[in-house]
Amino acid sequence: MKVGVVTFPGTLDDRDAARAVRFAGGQAISLWHGDVDLHGVDAVILPGGFSYGDYLRCGAISRFAPVMQSIIKRANEGMPLLGICNGFQVLCEAHLLPGALTRNHELHFLCRDQKISIENTTSAWTSSYSQGQEIVIPLKNGEGSFQCDDQTLAALENEGRIIARYVGENPNGSRNLIAGIANERGNVVGLMPHPEHAIDTLTGPTADGLGFFTSLLQSMAGK
Amino acid sequence: MALDTVAAATTSPDTKQPFLELGLKEDEHARIREILGRRPTSSELAMYSVMWSEHCSYKSSKVHLKQFGDKAVKTDALLVGIGENAGVVDVGQGYAVTFKIESHNHPSFIEPYQGAATGVGGIVRDILTMGARPIAVMDPLRFGPAEAADTRRVLPGVIAGVGGYGNCLGLPNIGGEVTFDETYAGNPLVNALCIGVMKHSDIKLAKAAGAGNLVVLYGAKTGGDGIGGVSVLASETFGASGPAKRPSVQVGDPFVEKVLIECSLEIFAEDLVVGIQDLGGAGLSCATSELASGGTGGMSVELDRVPLRDPSLSPEEILMSESQERMCAIVEPKHIDRFLEICKKWDVTATVIGEVTTGDRLEITWHGELIVDVPPRTVAHEGPVYQRPFAEPAYIKQVNSEKVNVPLPTNAAEIKAAVLKLAGTPNLADKSWVTSQYDKYVQGNTIQAQPDDSGMVRVDESTHLGVAVSTDANANWSYLNPYEGVKLALAEAARNIATAGAVPLAVSNCLNFGSPEDPGVMWQFAETVRGLADGCLEMGLPVTGGNVSFYNQTGSTAILPTPVIAVLGVIDDVRTRTPMSFDRAGLDLYLLGDTGEDFAGSEWAFMHGIRGGQSPQSDLQAAMRLNALLVAGRTEKIFTAAHDLSQGGLSAALTEMVLRHGVGATVTLKNAAIELLSETPGRVIVAIDSSKKDALLAQAVKAKISCTHIGTTGGDSLTINDSVIPLNELRKAHTETFPRLFG
Amino acid sequence: MAKIVVDVMLKPEILDPQGTAVGAALPRLGFTFAKSVRQGKRFEIEIDGDATAEQLAQVEKAAETLLANPVIETFTVRVEK
Repeated sequence: MKVGVVTFPGTLDDRDAARAVRFAGGQAISLWHGDVDLHGVDAVILPGGFSYGDYLRCGAISRFAPVMQSIIKRANEGMPLLGICNGFQVLCEAHLLPGALTRNHELHFLCRDQKISIENTTSAWTSSYSQGQEIVIPLKNGEGSFQCDDQTLAALENEGRIIARYVGENPNGSRNLIAGIANERGNVVGLMPHPEHAIDTLTGPTADGLGFFTSLLQSMAGK
Repeated sequence: MALDTVAAATTSPDTKQPFLELGLKEDEHARIREILGRRPTSSELAMYSVMWSEHCSYKSSKVHLKQFGDKAVKTDALLVGIGENAGVVDVGQGYAVTFKIESHNHPSFIEPYQGAATGVGGIVRDILTMGARPIAVMDPLRFGPAEAADTRRVLPGVIAGVGGYGNCLGLPNIGGEVTFDETYAGNPLVNALCIGVMKHSDIKLAKAAGAGNLVVLYGAKTGGDGIGGVSVLASETFGASGPAKRPSVQVGDPFVEKVLIECSLEIFAEDLVVGIQDLGGAGLSCATSELASGGTGGMSVELDRVPLRDPSLSPEEILMSESQERMCAIVEPKHIDRFLEICKKWDVTATVIGEVTTGDRLEITWHGELIVDVPPRTVAHEGPVYQRPFAEPAYIKQVNSEKVNVPLPTNAAEIKAAVLKLAGTPNLADKSWVTSQYDKYVQGNTIQAQPDDSGMVRVDESTHLGVAVSTDANANWSYLNPYEGVKLALAEAARNIATAGAVPLAVSNCLNFGSPEDPGVMWQFAETVRGLADGCLEMGLPVTGGNVSFYNQTGSTAILPTPVIAVLGVIDDVRTRTPMSFDRAGLDLYLLGDTGEDFAGSEWAFMHGIRGGQSPQSDLQAAMRLNALLVAGRTEKIFTAAHDLSQGGLSAALTEMVLRHGVGATVTLKNAAIELLSETPGRVIVAIDSSKKDALLAQAVKAKISCTHIGTTGGDSLTINDSVIPLNELRKAHTETFPRLFG
Repeated sequence: MAKIVVDVMLKPEILDPQGTAVGAALPRLGFTFAKSVRQGKRFEIEIDGDATAEQLAQVEKAAETLLANPVIETFTVRVEK
């Protein structure tokens, strides 16, 4: 089970995402932003970080990387694709997901152990969680406020495409406490918090995040 | 204006030059003329002025810092000592760890965000230059009074800058300090520490060796940032009405530095450089003269090849520019193509600007004309050495004779009030408002971060080898007794390492003082260095390097002497570390170490406006025995938790422990007022399972450290004798301070 | 030589915390004229010669694709003399 992890200039959490894939029993393949070859991977992760220094807008430049052409094509064919934090921002800029991520409402970068509830367990990335399961994983960003128009919001809600919601106080001003969403097909998921930083209690607040990666491997194995 | 060449300088010896404005004294200017046998060109004058500034040349501190070498303990663990960009220690399993702490004080007062950001950027580059991957940062910060309007200007900017730059680099922030004192009102202290890890074979040094090897400048383009920042800024105090000069402050771009890090590490992995130096204070003047000095020959540089952001810069300005995110490498011709290829992959500008020569001069040309021809060592290493006069200032005897009459709580209600007051005072209050602006998770190896006693990162994923770092300072004690004060800070930092069960290994230091032209300040400095050198020798910890920041004063009022000591330690298995606090009831609490009436310099005295008295006396032998006991507590699996006592004494330590996981404690003290509020050094609270009692007592006897049962864990309050303090109330007092002050 | 200016603003319905913060800071400094403040971005693009209709159309397209995110932002394009 090969999972590609993309590195753009300025990507930070690629090694952590790769580690999480390995922890879950998969094989992590490093994908360079300038290389259109996806090296036969079965799924792709766009990790967190500050690609291109968040110049212009977060993810605005990364979305045009050569590797993204290949990824968009495969995603449109159903390949599982997970964008974490900056990766989520890239997916929105690339219009693989609707809406956009804007500046945290309180303007500060915020790093905290965040409780979220998993609201969609049909996606390849969340199938090993139970409906409504509450987990704690790190949230760390300055631009995590999910915004979209009313029509999009209604569609997301009605079609069950909210992957996860923040529990408790809204940490960044996201509409409807949205922490993560999926596309219509369900194979592309964007998530603001970082599951790759919660794979064991030695280095993370919990091991609750590992489920994102084991879900994927289980889903793919099932196919 | 015509280009001022060496030829022109030779034929016009009487040309007036603005050496005073550039910060050089008469005798220094005369010495330059003597070295060169002629007047310096304006470019040479620029180079000497920045490199001979206090910040770069350490001219006032050199004679004292020599003690770190003279009194150095012999240890195989020290792989690279003082003199290089950062010290390197062997931590076992073939790994070497490099760490250093530095200051960026004056720029942070002028432009808090960029001052702090570029401070982080600078120290990270120092670590990168050693051949290491930077793995963590820490930020000891000191500001004026918490309620002051200017603190509300400076603090949020500094925090945002440290976070903004460090987060973007992908470096977890694993600890730091935030201290408030009116002494820092016009002079905030922004010290930044970075840790890097590499294999022994990766260590890189700053030397240009091998005639014909190429000098390559890579990273950001050069602009007009911080021109003269070094010599003008760090050697001038601020006038009481505001900064006397307004030089341009450096502006950093962490994305460029992140890319620079990845690019450099790929270059290092392929062993493509012979020597390397980062461009920090004094920019190209420093990099070229340092590399040439460290090498075997000379160097020639074509300055016009330097890629510029601002094409209007003159050669003098280019030499003085402090544009960030630039490195200078020495590359053998056979490796240059591959070097440039890697830079291209990462979109990093890289330019060959010169080569190593067989001579012993540093020669710089501008469009073919020679504008600099100097012996590099005279620029980089043979700067002025001052024997600044120093004398014990009058205040010492006066404050040491002052009585410390602090009011003490006399009943249960007053005990409760004191504990709550300490919990909420800005120096001891919960710092989440600050630390939540820092990423502590990136790189996935953070084991301990704020509010733990030390930061800890795992170095090897399979063996779980790790390192721990702590920074500490106590300006109150240093003010009362500089010699003892620094030894106490050293012991404190080492104890913080040992509390988690790691073994202290090496020391770095950031010495923040007032003007060296003031004999009283110079005496504080001399005593501090003497104390630190003596202390490190006694504790067997080598000083691997550090930083001196002078001129932290407003008008003639110096800051309290603030030596910040960083201790690095190693732990063979991070999974076995002793956590800071307990998460269950039924454990027994013991206090290790004796408590006396030590209120001089304490937080309690500070809160009551009492600054005098006699500082505690350090007992480094006892400190070492305690550290050995703390490590044994981990290796023998005795401790469930351990927390060091420092500012705020037992009251603060208990507060921090019970709030960490929301499990209370019931504590019985014979003389609660003194035992809670005194700041006698050398004490730790440990929580153990009752089955470990005998083991603990045996270890304590072996270590000759007193061990006193003080209570048990459990419940939803902190109960001290008859004082019952519900955790909710304690948490509220502890956590509302920073949001109230800074929004 | 001409200068084409693209001004980008967040759509009115999108929360603008930076603009809000600036608006809150003004009265603290004694400036009481502002009812509200919103913060945007300005791009200055230099071209050779005068701006043709075709060039402006290209700039519009670039603004839509890269300079602004149409999901949350609006933009205007004009030529500055």
